[in-house]
Amino acid sequence: MASLDDLKKRIASVKSTQKITKAMKMVAAAKLRKAQESAERGRPYSEKMNNIILNLSNGISDKENAPKLLSGTGEEKVHLCVVMTSDRGLCGGFNSNIIKKAKSYFSKILNEGKQLKIITVGSKGNDQLKRVYGDKIIENISFKESKNANYFDADKVGKMIIEKFEGGEFDICTIFYNQFKNVITQLPQAQQIIPLNNEEDENNSDDNYEFEPDEDEILGNLLPKNISTQIFKAMLENSASEQGSRMSAMDNATRNAGEMVDKLTIEYNRSRQAAITKELIEIISGAESL
Amino acid sequence: MSEEFKIEIVNPEKSFLVKEDALEVVVPAFEGEMGILKDHISIISFLKPGIIKVFSKSGDENYYVEDGIIEFKNNNLSILTSTIFSVKDLDKSKQGDLLKNAEEEASKTEISDQAKYLADQKVEVLRSIN
Repeated sequence: MASLDDLKKRIASVKSTQKITKAMKMVAAAKLRKAQESAERGRPYSEKMNNIILNLSNGISDKENAPKLLSGTGEEKVHLCVVMTSDRGLCGGFNSNIIKKAKSYFSKILNEGKQLKIITVGSKGNDQLKRVYGDKIIENISFKESKNANYFDADKVGKMIIEKFEGGEFDICTIFYNQFKNVITQLPQAQQIIPLNNEEDENNSDDNYEFEPDEDEILGNLLPKNISTQIFKAMLENSASEQGSRMSAMDNATRNAGEMVDKLTIEYNRSRQAAITKELIEIISGAESL
Repeated sequence: MSEEFKIEIVNPEKSFLVKEDALEVVVPAFEGEMGILKDHISIISFLKPGIIKVFSKSGDENYYVEDGIIEFKNNNLSILTSTIFSVKDLDKSKQGDLLKNAEEEASKTEISDQAKYLADQKVEVLRSIN
């Protein structure tokens, strides 16, 4: 059994850990509010963008000659996966959830005999993936310097992806990120961005748009922007999810530390009592023997 | 009959401006400036660098944009843009920064004709704001 001194030290150390986790929880809560707000404020833009593209692609007359970003290269041999994770740890299952989702997708692709290329955004994802898929990672991007997700960074990633697409380096691009639902639930998502997936059933809206200049040119201009927008949306969702996940993880840690302190305190009191009783018995039996 | 329609300007970070009482909006469309009044035909177009002029019952406003897409449908005008500044709030230093960037971009030689045209536009519009 641990000595009284050891127990005392442990209690003190658990208590100081608890203080740290509590502080981290507070910080995460404050950041979460901001991140959540910006995620919500960013939604109208990507929704509107999606709507316009939907309207445009419905209205496009010549489907054969549609821009490649919309219709794809016609093949699906090389898959590019953009895995978006955080740069910091201590946020519960946030990163491992994305990685798990991504890994199952990877093995599916590799089993089908297709080629896989990976871009990691955020250092944590890179750390976890490089052990198994190190040779597949072609690029690693990290935005440690920028405090908040901003459009400028997203645009950089978007432009890089488009450059690679135009260079014929891949056929299909999927991004992995966590969608923020609420503080306790974040849903890992796999979203295909190239070619654009029109999941929504075609609502044959009868409004005829006038286009200026023509559809093709607008689409050609719009689609690259849409890529950046989608990535930006993923970044916003991710940063809200990260803070939410960290907050609940730290909340749990604080609670567990509390429980541990209680348990250790009881043990400490018990051994103290036992020591006193033992000493008393020694004294009494010593006195009796005289 | 009222002559008002709704205008909404959004950038990736937030809804930049929402107005229910716009009377006329002039946008720098790619092929030339375009004025939009109520009951305009549905249109999608994209913008070149320039000034968006919003005339509304509650006052007129000017915004500087570098790019964007506009959609007009059912008397709803949506403008999506990644770079927008209110001309009123655009102070000298900010404007100078933008102008410097634009000039740098315009002076590059290896860019495409379209990029060059857009960069020239930026310079021209930013100089004209003074």
